[in-house]
Amino acid sequence: MSIFVDENTRVVYQGLTGSQGRYYGLLNRDYGTQVVAGTNPRKAGTDVDGVPIFATVADAAAATGATVSCVFIPAPGVPGAVLEAAEAGMELVVVITEGVPAHDEAFLFNKLQRDHPDVRLLGPNCPGIISPGKCNIGITAGHIAEAGGPVGIVSRSGTLTYQALYELKQQQIGVTTCMGIGGDPVPGTTFVDCLAAFEADPETRAVMMIGEIGGSAEEEAADFIAEHMTKPVVAYVAGVTAPPGKKMGHAGAIVSGGKGTAAAKMEALTSAGARVGQNPTEAGELMVEIVASL
Amino acid sequence: MDLFEHQGKELFARYGLPVPTGEVAFSPDDAVAAASRLGLPVVVKAQVHTGGRGKAGGVKLAADLDAVRSHAAGILGLDISGHIVHRLWIEQASDIAEEYYASFTLDRSARKHLGMLSAEGGVDIETVAARDPDAIARIHIDPVDGLSQPACRQWVQAARITGSAADAVADVLVTLYGAYVDADADLVEVNPLIVTSGGDVVLLDSKVTLDANSAFRHDDYAQYDATQTRDEREQAAHAKRLQYVGLDGSVGVIANGAGLAMSTVDVVNQVGGSPANFLDIGGGANAEVMAGALEVINNDPAVRAILINIFGGITRGEEIANGIIEATRRVDIDSPIVIRLDGTNAAEGRELLEPHLGGALMMEPTMLDAARRAVELAGAAGGQVQP
Repeated sequence: MSIFVDENTRVVYQGLTGSQGRYYGLLNRDYGTQVVAGTNPRKAGTDVDGVPIFATVADAAAATGATVSCVFIPAPGVPGAVLEAAEAGMELVVVITEGVPAHDEAFLFNKLQRDHPDVRLLGPNCPGIISPGKCNIGITAGHIAEAGGPVGIVSRSGTLTYQALYELKQQQIGVTTCMGIGGDPVPGTTFVDCLAAFEADPETRAVMMIGEIGGSAEEEAADFIAEHMTKPVVAYVAGVTAPPGKKMGHAGAIVSGGKGTAAAKMEALTSAGARVGQNPTEAGELMVEIVASL
Repeated sequence: MDLFEHQGKELFARYGLPVPTGEVAFSPDDAVAAASRLGLPVVVKAQVHTGGRGKAGGVKLAADLDAVRSHAAGILGLDISGHIVHRLWIEQASDIAEEYYASFTLDRSARKHLGMLSAEGGVDIETVAARDPDAIARIHIDPVDGLSQPACRQWVQAARITGSAADAVADVLVTLYGAYVDADADLVEVNPLIVTSGGDVVLLDSKVTLDANSAFRHDDYAQYDATQTRDEREQAAHAKRLQYVGLDGSVGVIANGAGLAMSTVDVVNQVGGSPANFLDIGGGANAEVMAGALEVINNDPAVRAILINIFGGITRGEEIANGIIEATRRVDIDSPIVIRLDGTNAAEGRELLEPHLGGALMMEPTMLDAARRAVELAGAAGGQVQP
C-alpha cells in the first residue's frame, strides 16, 4: 500500500499551461499518473497534449473526478490557487512553487485548518509525492525510485530525497511512498503527519526521514517517534556546519538565536530511538541493514 | 533581509508609528549639519546589521556640535562584531521615563505569529528571559484573525505594563503588528519601546528583518537589498542570482539542491577539511549557471580546491557533464576540480567527462571519496586542513 496517493488518484494541474507545469505534468503522465485536467481561466476549452483545460478546479473536478491538485502557479498566486482547490473539494493539494512568502504560508495553514480541515496541503517549495509504480506528482524523477516496499521516505530536501531513492534502488529496496514536505518555514504537511501515515500503512515497515537545520519539525518528529512509532526510523539531518543566521538555500533552513541546529535535532532523534546517519551514504547503509533484518 | 535601524524607523513612520526625528549621515560634517537642523541634544548611532552597538561604543549622546563631530568621527569606521560602521543615524534625543520591549515574529512550531512584550526593556531580552522568564508576556496571534484591540490590552497587562500609558502602548502594538504583517517582516523588534516623561509612546530602536520572498509586492525592497551586508564573494554570487553563503575554508563547494549543498559542506568538514562556501546551483545544472558558479568560487582567494557534487534527477548525467565541460572552457580555473556525478544517466555523463580528466579535473565515484580528494588537494596546495 502507499500513503496519500496511488494508481487510482486523479490529478488536476493548476498551471498546466505554463512551461514548468506542462513539462512536469506531462512527465508525470508518462510515468503513469492519471493526469486528468489542467486549469487556466483564460484557456478553458483548450488542451495540453490532450489533457483538457478548465477555467476552475471546480469545473475540472466536476468533469473529471479529480481529487488531488498539483500547483505550478507562480508564488504570488499560490494562496488563491490553494484555497480554490480546497473549496473545490480536493483532498490533497501539492504545491511545487518556490518563493511563497512566509506570511502567506502561515495564513494559508490556519485558514485551511479552520475552513477546510480535511484538506491536506503538501509544500510549498517541495518536490511532490511519489508512490513508485503507481503515481508521481511533482518534479521527482520517477525512474530512480524502486516500486514496492518496505521503506517510506519523508524529506525536507529535494535532491537528498532523490539521492535516498537512488541508493535504495541500487540495493533493490523498494519504496511505498516518498514525500517531500518542502524547505519552507510553514509547510502544510509535517514530518509528524507523514510518520503517522507510514506507521498506519501495513506495507511500510521502515521509514527514512531527511531533515535539515531550522525550526523544530525534527524535534517534534522525535517526540512522535518516541511515543508512537513501532517501525524503525533512519534519519539524516543536513546543515551540521551551517553558520547561524544564514538561510542555507531554503527559506526555512536557518539557525536563529541558537535554535534549530542540526546537532540538537540529531540528538533528539537519537534519543527517540531513531538511527541517525552522519551523511546521506551512512543513512542509506543503515537502512539497508534494517531492511535486511526485517 | 536585514534593515538598518533608520530604515526600520522610516518603515514604522509610514504606518503612523511614533519614532524620533532623525537624519542619516555618512561623515562627521554630515552629522554636524544634521544635528544643527534637528536641534540639540542628539544621539549619534552606528547603523550596522548587528546588535550590541551600545556596548561597543556605537551609540553616543551629544549635547553640542563639537561632541556630535567627535562622536561621529569616533563611531565611523568602528568594528562592531565584524561589521564596519559606514553610516550613522543622528536623531533627536528622547526623554525616557519607561523602557519596554516588544517584538513580533513567526513561531514556526505553533504556525502562528508570536508577540513578545516585557516591561523590562532597554536590555538584552535573552538576559531578561534567563533571569525572569515571567517578565516576558507571550501572545500567539492567528494570522487569519490578526491582533484585536482587547487581546492586545490583555497582553499589555500580562506584561506588567501599567499606568496611564498602557492603553497608548496597546494602540501602538496593534499598529506595529499591522506593519509587521503588511511589510512581510520575519521579525520586528523594538527595544526599547519608551514612554517619555510627557507620557508619549515612542519606538526608540528598531530591528526589522524582511522576507525576501515577498519582494514581488514591495517596491521598497530593492532599496533595502542594495544595503545588505555582503562580502565581495556574496555580492558577486547575489548578482548572478546564486544561492551562496560565504564560509572561511579552502574547499569551494558547488552542489545542486539546498539539501545536497548543505550535506556537501558537512561532509567536507567530516573528512577534515573546511569549506569555503555553500553554493546551490538548483536542479538544472546547465553550463551557464555552472560557469557563473565556478567564476564566483574561482575569485575567492582562499579556495585551494573545488568540489562539484551533482545528483541528476530529471536532468540527465550527459547534460550535466556537458554543462561542466562547457563551464570549465569558459572560466579559467586556478584550483583543481573534483567532480562527483551520480543519479540519472550518471554512467553516460561520466563517460563524457572521461577524456577531460587528468590535470586539474578529476572525478570520484562517491560523495565521501570526492570530498576526501578535494580536502587532500586543498591541503597540498597550502590550505588549512584540520586534523
